[in-house]
Amino acid sequence: MSDTDYNFAYLDEQTKRMIRRAILKGVAVPGYQVPFASREMPMPYGWGTGGVQVTAACLTPEDTLKVIDQGADDTTNAVSIRKFFQKTADVAVTEKTGEATIIQTRHRIPEQALGEEQILVYQVPIPEPLRFLEPSEVETRKMHALEDYGLMHVKLYEDIARHGEIATAYAYPVKVEGRYVMDPSPIPKFDNPKLESAALQLFGAGREQRIYAVPPYTQVVSLDFEDYPFDPSKPAHPCALCGAADSYLDEVITDDAGSRMFVCSDTDYCASRREDAA
Amino acid sequence: MTPLLDVQGLSKRYGGRIGCAEVSFQLYPGEVLGIVGESGSGKSTLLNCLAGHLAPDTGQVIFDTRSDGPRDVLSMSEPERRMLGRTDWAFVHQNPRDGLRMRISAGGNVGERLMAVGAQHYGAIREQATDWLGRVEISEARIDDRPSAFSGGMQQRLQIARNLVTGPRLVFMDEPTGGLDVSVQARLLDLIRGLVRRMGLSAIVVTHDLAVVRLLADRLMVMKDGHVIETGLTDQVLDDPQAPYTQLLVSSVLQV
Repeated sequence: MSDTDYNFAYLDEQTKRMIRRAILKGVAVPGYQVPFASREMPMPYGWGTGGVQVTAACLTPEDTLKVIDQGADDTTNAVSIRKFFQKTADVAVTEKTGEATIIQTRHRIPEQALGEEQILVYQVPIPEPLRFLEPSEVETRKMHALEDYGLMHVKLYEDIARHGEIATAYAYPVKVEGRYVMDPSPIPKFDNPKLESAALQLFGAGREQRIYAVPPYTQVVSLDFEDYPFDPSKPAHPCALCGAADSYLDEVITDDAGSRMFVCSDTDYCASRREDAA
Repeated sequence: MTPLLDVQGLSKRYGGRIGCAEVSFQLYPGEVLGIVGESGSGKSTLLNCLAGHLAPDTGQVIFDTRSDGPRDVLSMSEPERRMLGRTDWAFVHQNPRDGLRMRISAGGNVGERLMAVGAQHYGAIREQATDWLGRVEISEARIDDRPSAFSGGMQQRLQIARNLVTGPRLVFMDEPTGGLDVSVQARLLDLIRGLVRRMGLSAIVVTHDLAVVRLLADRLMVMKDGHVIETGLTDQVLDDPQAPYTQLLVSSVLQV
């Protein structure tokens, strides 16, 4: 126990139990959105209150925590959540993907493949993949229960009709273990193939009060049409710093004359590649 | 011959008030049944009970399914009933806004039922959508427009295309020409009559417009206060009404 006035990892033990129960149910029914009694957290909704609660419920004093925001370890959201757990749980933190036991992420999956001993926690703004097609929660729950997913394809149809291809580039809907259609949180579709992983993946939506999970080695299929198959997309150029051709790139504006460079969005991946090269 | 739909003693009450009471009839393949009556006579309640939108209090609705023969729709499980609702059944709403997705293109609207039963080939879905838009006289060029950009008559035709694309055997229509002006009504009726005859559909048409049933329906059921008060062939009922209320109804039509 650290010498702060907080209980370990901020939340009280009963709350953590409640969240763990929701997580267990989510793991038992992959892709199913489990309702849970989301707590008020000392940060605004949209800053990862769901992910923070899931992380708090999973954290043990022996864990090593890594927090990333859009792939980067040094952005505001990542820094403040990391500090939050350093202060309330006094756990070890790291920026190295391989050394972390719990990784909380916003909008990315690390480039380095995860292992069985790791947990990846996603921050989810809107857990319901059908939400923008069907506003009624009663109806969407019924659609999940009855596996009535024709509407999801209507959305992809609209994409092709309007843009000539499936233009959904992030939060690309997937079908988990041949049953539930799931929103993988707003990760780029580039990351979708990485959803089939050796690590346990947990999704927390604080404002929407939902937790769902993809257990290790679960089948995750991105939805598509037979004649318009899923394409994870690939950047046209390698990373300007480390030269990686297989990673997801951010476009960085370097001056006000229109110069730009494309660099890895995963800062740890980029830095370790440059260290290895040096 | 097995009736396509066999309704036995169907009743629905709203608390103390009667929605519809003790309705029984048979509908045979290829037949169009008209249900007429004034507002509040229970015709929409009856239609919604038949289509599974409302749960009736008593009675049976036996549908001759393709795979298992006659089965009581009301005792089916929800997934089975939904499957029926998007394959063998179709429901045309009075207001096309209730039956269409207004924020999705015309092609997407027509394709939805196909995708709901598992179609996953974009080219094939689009081809069928184009074909059906043609059949309901909507130009192919408008396939990617949203229904909100369509006129009322076009919206209603689009709703019909969207419903008929999976080749249903039974169509429920709730005031299909309501809210349209007379010339558009006439063309729509022509279109529906043509489609029904060509596809050999059975249909149940609820309306208060006697001209609609005169054109479309083979048989007629007149309802008042939740009860069926007269049934018979359409021409017979309209030309030689027996019940006092039917006589009133027929004589209320304005002659131009």
